[in-house]
Amino acid sequence: MNLLQRFFLLVNTPLAGISMSGILLLSLSVKAHADWSGNVAVQTRTFFNDPLITNPQQHNNYLSFSAEPEYYSAWNNNDQSLTITPFIRIDQYDKERTHGDLREFSYQQVFDDWELRVGVSKVYWGVTESQHLVDVINQTDSVENVDGEDKLGQPMIKATFEKDWGTLGLFVLPYFRERTFQDIEGRPRTSPVVDDTQTSYESSDKEQHIDYAARWFNYYGELELGLAYFNGTSRDPLFSPGLKNGAAVLKPYYPLMQQLSIDAQITTEELLFKLEAIARDWQNFDSITLQLVDERYFALTTGIEYTFVGIIETDADLGLVVEYLYDDRDQQANTFFQNDLMMGLRLAINDADSTEALLGIIYDLDNQEHLLSLEASRRFAGNWTATLEVRLFNNISDTSLVKSIEEDDFVQLDIAYYF
Amino acid sequence: MKIKNTLNQSVVSLLLMSSTTLLSGLSSVNAAEPDVKRGLEIAIEADKRENDFIDSTASMVMELKNKQGQTNTREVRVKTLEVAGDGDKSLSIFDTPADIKGTASLTYSHALKPDEQWLYLPALKRVKRISSKNKSGPFMGSEFAYEDISSQEVEKYTYRYIKDEVLNGIDCFVVERYPAYKHSGYTRQVTWINKKEYRSEKIDFYDRKNVLLKTLNFSGYQQYLNKFWRADTMHMVNFQTGKSTILSWKDYKFKTGLEEKDFNRNSLKRAK
Repeated sequence: MNLLQRFFLLVNTPLAGISMSGILLLSLSVKAHADWSGNVAVQTRTFFNDPLITNPQQHNNYLSFSAEPEYYSAWNNNDQSLTITPFIRIDQYDKERTHGDLREFSYQQVFDDWELRVGVSKVYWGVTESQHLVDVINQTDSVENVDGEDKLGQPMIKATFEKDWGTLGLFVLPYFRERTFQDIEGRPRTSPVVDDTQTSYESSDKEQHIDYAARWFNYYGELELGLAYFNGTSRDPLFSPGLKNGAAVLKPYYPLMQQLSIDAQITTEELLFKLEAIARDWQNFDSITLQLVDERYFALTTGIEYTFVGIIETDADLGLVVEYLYDDRDQQANTFFQNDLMMGLRLAINDADSTEALLGIIYDLDNQEHLLSLEASRRFAGNWTATLEVRLFNNISDTSLVKSIEEDDFVQLDIAYYF
Repeated sequence: MKIKNTLNQSVVSLLLMSSTTLLSGLSSVNAAEPDVKRGLEIAIEADKRENDFIDSTASMVMELKNKQGQTNTREVRVKTLEVAGDGDKSLSIFDTPADIKGTASLTYSHALKPDEQWLYLPALKRVKRISSKNKSGPFMGSEFAYEDISSQEVEKYTYRYIKDEVLNGIDCFVVERYPAYKHSGYTRQVTWINKKEYRSEKIDFYDRKNVLLKTLNFSGYQQYLNKFWRADTMHMVNFQTGKSTILSWKDYKFKTGLEEKDFNRNSLKRAK
């Protein structure tokens, strides 16, 4: 399912766009304040084709509900704050997609030139759009969407130092979160299904293994630069074949890894240049012996973003994103993005309802696999948003664990109410 | 990729006619012309009266009205830090519409070189550096363009004094100004500047074809710290679309003790 995750990184759904801040007081006063905000949403998914004969448990239409309220309280001139963000989804058929998570449950204190955050939280590292190689702190909540942009809350102690030479973040991550996987009735998914009751780890401490990470970031005029190191259990699982009640399943295995990464962006008035690159040491299954062997690999994403402003004499902007995705393991990579090109067109109407659309394609230059997505959203009636997504999967390699998703083209509609 | 790239370029220093002066580079070719010299002098005096505000905070409510009279509102809080010898630094936090609540933008504005801008997307916890090219686009779908609400520096325009005129009983200088920065949506702006207080009372905006596009009226001026004038209401009417936007300001505070560290990339993440 690592495959599935990395496979579909095209677009994120604004459904995850829970509103964060909660400030009733419009003034920036020293008084304490507390607030609830968040959203509730209903979602439908309709698949264009019947499921494969091998997956009779799957359906053609799915309905689900989600809620993501947030409580935020700050005091002591906002230097101390508490954020609590539970999330729940109830899915009509997929028992694994029916799930809850604490997206955030953290306390933060800001000191003179450093800040401390303790609890369950989320961080984001990186600059590129098509995939997020550098972003390794939070586990992916992969039952939420195929793009891998939804993340599970990660328990952490995080200290951030702000100095003349940049911002340094030090992380201790005392508990590992397993990736979420679809149930047998879920769709799209791997075939066979992932059985997370048979999860195993390289570390004998299993999910109790304590991970560490550090990230330095600074910017110099047009250049932004980040360097990061991670040492701990890989968020990306490996899969091996297994059995459950006589039926074939995939067993997730989480190796330990060390990863060094760099991310950079150059922002000129016209054009953005982006780069993310990683070097990772970990274990992987040898493709011939199927034994675990040490592996070191290198991968990168690099590209540009250009925006045409006020097209055809309107207020609309049209953004063009082109990125190249590379992995030096070539076809042995446990990702589909080893030599791929991503192209995206982002249209923003810039109207009062924030009407936007994004068309994206990732095309494999070696085997012509391609993933297409269209996402469009707008606001209505003040506090509501509607988001339409279409995802199409074509020419999936015969050897792929997610070969079956060729039949899983779907359209998804989200209606969300924000408060 | 995330679809939401809204608030792209969102800015807001929002202190029209404020900020520091860079006197270098003001010698435009026709500066010898008396009307040009006079126009510049008025702009410099107006700018001077905005010096030393140090920092400010304020809240605004924006009411968007379309041709049919339907309205939409947005609420934004703005913090500004005066930077000596350069454009201001500003942090804007969006409270409504609810779906973008918690989104924040940070701008280091400059007179002629491109502004530096970052956008914080709370759902992803992602800070994005964004290009500052979109000066002429609408700010949050309103009739205010980004360039209308960004930090106003003397060097951003060249000037020409036109005449004196009484506007709504107020003695004004009428000064035309011509954008000197790239990517403006205007050929010129005609400004009515209060002769006594050197504050803007009205601005007419002419589009790239030099046709009247919008008029901005300032009302409810209040003076803070016995020096700084701020309008409670800014009313922008677009004559070409029939749409209008009313910006209502409140809770203006000056010299609140904001520091550089309140205006960096990391502080953007905890703006709330």
